Amino acid sequence: MGEFKVHRVRFFDYMPSAIRTMAFNSQTERLAVARADGAVEIFNFNDNFFQEKVIPGQDGRAIEALCWVGHRLFSAGLNGEITEYDLENLRPQYTVDAYGGPIWTISSNSQGTQLAVGCEDGTVKIFAILEERIQFQRNLNRHKGRIISLCWHPSSAQIAAGMTDMITIYDAETGQATRRLLVDRAMGASKNKEVVVWSVGYLSDHTIISGDSAGKVQIWNGLTGTLVRTYLVTKWDVLVLSVSKDESSVIAGTSEGTVIQFQFISSTLDQHDKEWVRTRTFRNHSHDVSALAHTDTAVVSGGMDTQLVVRPLLDKVEKNTQESALRKIAFPHRSLVGCAKKAGLLLFQFPDRLELWKLGESEGHGEQHTHTHTLGEDHICCSALSACGGWLAYSTVSSVRLYRIHVMISVSSSLQVPKLPKELRSVHQLCFSSDSSKLFASSCQSSVIVVAVSQQECRYLHTLKHKTVSTMLYRLHLLCASDDGKWLATANTDCEIHIYNLHKMKLHCMVPVYNSCPTTIAIHPVTNNLISVHADQQIFEFSLVQKEYTQWSRRLQTQGLLSLWLERDTPITHITFNPKNPDHIILHDTYMFCIIDQSLPFPELNAVLWNQMTLKNLPVSQRIGQSHAFKICKIFQHLMCVSLLEDLSLVVVERPLLDIMSQLPAPVRQKKFAT
Amino acid sequence: MVEHGDIRVVHCGGSKLNFRDPVITHDSRFLLCASGEAVKVFSTSTEECIHELRGHTGLVTGVLLRPSNHLQVYSSSLDVLLFLSSLFCHCGSSNSSCNTHFPILSLFIKRFQLVAVHLPQSGDQLVEARELSAVLSGVNPNPAAIAFGRGGEFIASVNDLQLEVTYIFKIQGGWNTFTCVACHPKDDCIATGHEDGKIRLWRNFNHKKEYTYSTLHWHHSAVSSLCFTPEGTNLLSGGVESVLIQWRYKQESERDFLPRLGAAITHITVSPDGSLFCTSHSDNKITIIQSCVKVSAVIQGLVKGDIRTDLMMDPRSKALVLNGKPGHLQFYSLQRDKLLYNLDIVQQEYIHESGLQQFEVVKAAFDASGLWLATVEERHQKAAELELNLKLWAFDEQTQSFVLNTTISAPHDAQITAMSFRQTADSQTTLLVSTSKDGHFKAWQLAAPAHTEDEGPSWLCDFVGAYHGLVPECCSFSADGSLLAVAFQEVVTVWSPATWELLTTLSQPPGAVSDLCFGRLSCSKYLLGTTASNLLCCWNLLTCSLEWSTSMDVRRLLVDPLSENMAAFCYQSGSTDLFVFKPSEPRPLFSRKAVCSGKVTQAVFAPREEMLESCEESSQWLNRSQLYFLTQQMTCFLFSPLKLVIDDSVAMTPFYLLLGKHRQQQQEHRDSDSSLWAERTALPQTSASIKELLQTPAHVLPSTSYLCSMFVQSLLISVSDAREEKAHAEEEMESEKEEEDSEEEMESSRSKPELVAAATESDAPALTKAQARELRRVRKLDHSWLAGLLDS
Repeated sequence: MGEFKVHRVRFFDYMPSAIRTMAFNSQTERLAVARADGAVEIFNFNDNFFQEKVIPGQDGRAIEALCWVGHRLFSAGLNGEITEYDLENLRPQYTVDAYGGPIWTISSNSQGTQLAVGCEDGTVKIFAILEERIQFQRNLNRHKGRIISLCWHPSSAQIAAGMTDMITIYDAETGQATRRLLVDRAMGASKNKEVVVWSVGYLSDHTIISGDSAGKVQIWNGLTGTLVRTYLVTKWDVLVLSVSKDESSVIAGTSEGTVIQFQFISSTLDQHDKEWVRTRTFRNHSHDVSALAHTDTAVVSGGMDTQLVVRPLLDKVEKNTQESALRKIAFPHRSLVGCAKKAGLLLFQFPDRLELWKLGESEGHGEQHTHTHTLGEDHICCSALSACGGWLAYSTVSSVRLYRIHVMISVSSSLQVPKLPKELRSVHQLCFSSDSSKLFASSCQSSVIVVAVSQQECRYLHTLKHKTVSTMLYRLHLLCASDDGKWLATANTDCEIHIYNLHKMKLHCMVPVYNSCPTTIAIHPVTNNLISVHADQQIFEFSLVQKEYTQWSRRLQTQGLLSLWLERDTPITHITFNPKNPDHIILHDTYMFCIIDQSLPFPELNAVLWNQMTLKNLPVSQRIGQSHAFKICKIFQHLMCVSLLEDLSLVVVERPLLDIMSQLPAPVRQKKFAT
Repeated sequence: MVEHGDIRVVHCGGSKLNFRDPVITHDSRFLLCASGEAVKVFSTSTEECIHELRGHTGLVTGVLLRPSNHLQVYSSSLDVLLFLSSLFCHCGSSNSSCNTHFPILSLFIKRFQLVAVHLPQSGDQLVEARELSAVLSGVNPNPAAIAFGRGGEFIASVNDLQLEVTYIFKIQGGWNTFTCVACHPKDDCIATGHEDGKIRLWRNFNHKKEYTYSTLHWHHSAVSSLCFTPEGTNLLSGGVESVLIQWRYKQESERDFLPRLGAAITHITVSPDGSLFCTSHSDNKITIIQSCVKVSAVIQGLVKGDIRTDLMMDPRSKALVLNGKPGHLQFYSLQRDKLLYNLDIVQQEYIHESGLQQFEVVKAAFDASGLWLATVEERHQKAAELELNLKLWAFDEQTQSFVLNTTISAPHDAQITAMSFRQTADSQTTLLVSTSKDGHFKAWQLAAPAHTEDEGPSWLCDFVGAYHGLVPECCSFSADGSLLAVAFQEVVTVWSPATWELLTTLSQPPGAVSDLCFGRLSCSKYLLGTTASNLLCCWNLLTCSLEWSTSMDVRRLLVDPLSENMAAFCYQSGSTDLFVFKPSEPRPLFSRKAVCSGKVTQAVFAPREEMLESCEESSQWLNRSQLYFLTQQMTCFLFSPLKLVIDDSVAMTPFYLLLGKHRQQQQEHRDSDSSLWAERTALPQTSASIKELLQTPAHVLPSTSYLCSMFVQSLLISVSDAREEKAHAEEEMESEKEEEDSEEEMESSRSKPELVAAATESDAPALTKAQARELRRVRKLDHSWLAGLLDS
């Protein structure tokens, strides 16, 4: 495996923001997650829960509710606006002010023709969903007090609205309130403390399920307006409810961090009189569960503790498979760290600022902080640092900035390059060439803009484009330039990888499409082979010269990867190469880094993958027989970046989960046993 | 050595009451529980044992009421027999039995079929449901691990990490081990208890495997028992916390607690009408609870725990004294097989949590008159720290119990190894000697209070002795109290308690002396000791020399306080031998090889209340006292001469004269008449039944009208011709219950051959009860008018 000098970097104080709400689209199997900083993330549940898209947030935009209508995603927030997102270009498409004060909730009817929003002033506003826009239709009858939660009846004829102290059922046609269900205030607490219905569900058999701030989940008969059952599930609040598609199961998230499942089952098997029964309790969060989604096979929950938890329901999935494993998504599925290999600089990307750090020279000295850029109200979507450390570029939703950096012994300065070509307006990914002379930027319509950067000026060179048969143009989310400056590889979210010849400035070839999205790509500096790792953990090596998969890649595919490798639940986010030994490929995910030695045989299918420790204890003769291509190191945990500098020292950027946990606000008080 | 056949080892009670879950009868008046080789019937209101159903020769493993007749009971045992016995048959013996060919581990009832858990020789365990032939393999031997679902349609069984629902599927329990299972009587809901204290309610276990569960969590340790109430409205659970929890079914957040039940709960049962709950506890106790709020009765057996004290006899109450509940001494009457009371020694709240170090009573000693009791309690908090308390208790005549007189904290620096009172007749100079691992022995004496008047006399240290820094292991006073022998490892030192002068030393190396006894009466010049090198030595104190020694591995050396006899329990090749001898005689009085398998841990001579006049030489040593011993399995045994004097004579009362005379007549009748009817009328008048009638407590007797009728009948039946008419009168006066009883008896005796052949209970009575009654009424009608008609 070799020995490296390691820079163990723990000063990247990345702090993910709390999950505010989520919406699951069962047609496309996409989950949209809104965070407290206004960012929206899209996860593809078909592709190993890969985080496909991130729409950066904005200061002052707080999303309270998300809603899918077909392929369109709407959000509403306390700023009183309804926003529809452009999911291809990852930015808000338009916003509409509802003129009702802060919006607490948004919900669409089952046909996808109308959108109801609940406002602070007590109105439920109905918007018609048109092509490309939404249009205000009417207000339902106004009530005193704010509308906290909304749910359409599947027939779209009624709307249940949760308010303080009551639930109101509206007739969607006439706008009249047909029934009011009064919700009891908390027992024991003062009677003056009003109870907030945080969430309602309206089932097709006119059952209404509500979760409120008194810790109750209540089942109502919506036809008669009577209370059927009350389950006191927590001493604190029931914040969110989610109903499964077949309406046989409801989950409720509480302030205690628990998710409680209720199921509609018959008490005896041969009879059909079913009733709601409280069943399982899932305890995967330390803080409020403020977002829930009930997919067909799993409970997806998120909350204040910033982690997205996918808990498969064991009665719906095959046991002891990859599908039945609990998954916690704590870190973004992309690299937030840039590394200048020659200069020893690290660039950390935060939503609202960039930090540039210089690695220390010797053992004794620590690394020093050189520079911080604090930016405007738009959040950063991507950033890049050139290998020489002289250039820094970042992009927000609306603009691109380029900086020239002078790093002295103690001080450093940065200079914004004033005039950028007008083509560089909105980009998704930035990348410098290895000699730092060119900047590549993926733009809209799946094109790559090539800009020459030099001391004097910044000049637009070319736009690389490929012809496609399909009309849909997917966003490029990965860019990679080869060391010799000849090749550029791009990957888009439709799983296509294109290779451009930079000398000729035209498309060289396209890698055969694999059905899983590439999570990272890299071009080998010596052999010019393209290594791609996909969301389902497969590894491919593609020879750019011969335009075919290499022998190594074919052997790997025929033999198959070990299940231990395939069952890892975080994607590979970065690949580097060892300049001394061209056979070595260094890649990492959140929990390990791995050096793949292409000269060694693949492990047997039943072999132990993590065997570095046992190998160390074996005598040399046996060690050779036991060693295999995958050399895995798990000493470093919660990795944000592993990169090999030019002086062959390894930079390991860690962000321990415990540090994140310690920065979270205190959870609600819970009685712990024996305290 | 002579083998004596006429002395036998008798199992004398103190057997486990909590081995299997007890059964409450339909009217909630009686409680049946398996106890050793018998089934005991207790009254739920008075806690008294009413009678025992005997007949098994192995450990009884299951008791069940017969569903078709709730006055009959099935019992199974390891002796491969299955008994069906009548609950209130006065003779208490079984009515029918069948051989199952397998040792039965537990019994279940599914509708009207019996299900037994077998332990076949092949090794893996099976549940065999007869006529159902459901066979589960790999079943947990604990009966709490199997339950029958609604109407007996499925069997749920748990084992380690699996819940298996027969005919449906298996559920992998995830990460926590199952401990027990219960099925809801009405709904398809299975409750399972887990090692980590959680209770899971499994539902919706249909064929599509879409089962689901909800979790209830209150227990902090493993749930040991679960039970649904008959209507299914409540779920009861219990564990080591000794709290009975009542969960409302479907409103599980509401629950009731019944705390402080005294010891860990092992079984929970509910009476068929749901009014009584009954919990078995690990300290061999059954608690009867009325509607989850009030403990109404406690049936306490011999508490079986870690016995650290010696077995002792309380000289006053003649009760066996040993460790009872944690921190208590129990006083157990062996004559009545009943716990008299528990004496709280530690006087601290016991915390029900495993692994917690708490105070334990490790030594106790009575003085000869039973006026004083000395106890030692200790607690090992950590390896270094040792907390010791020596407590002296005086017997209070007024309250008839022991009252704490003196507490000496840290009487020694290390563990106390032995403690002994001077056994003198005059109680003025009571002296207690304690030896400890710190190398000292201390003498404690009752001293008058020095300064204040309001305090009574208390105990003070009188003398501290040591010998060359050696550790004293045991001590003993001579019978007259003039000598004290303390064994310091290999050396036995003899002291004079009057002057605390070292009189002499005796030694027989190698091997430390582990037990010391002075001879009694004519043998009081002898001092006997056992050494660790398997030597039994006898020193003559007059010559201060070794009289004799023999090589045997003596585990326990006992001296009979009323004679010169001594008993030695020797452990040899897996079993224990007993020798009874006089120190002065070369031949043992009695020896018995292999008294029991395993080691005898504790034994005691108990003086008899009245002397036995046995003339046989071999059993003479049992004339004055009885020898009790306790095996490792904590069963108590007694040596008793075979020739038991059966107290057949009934006191000379007018009743006796009447009945006795009548009995002879009855005897003649039976010879001449062999009809079933005659058998039946004769039955209540046999000597045994009358005896039982006169001896049973008044509260369990049948109604007076019934008794009366019996006596009237016995007065009137003298002419055999008149019997028919008298029988009519009697029959009408009989209670309904008796009627059913007799009917069942007849039926079972009729079906007995079938039973043995098919080894199953047929549940096809040809007539319903109402029909049978009608038939009998018709038969009883006076048909003499018909004869009159015919005549005329």
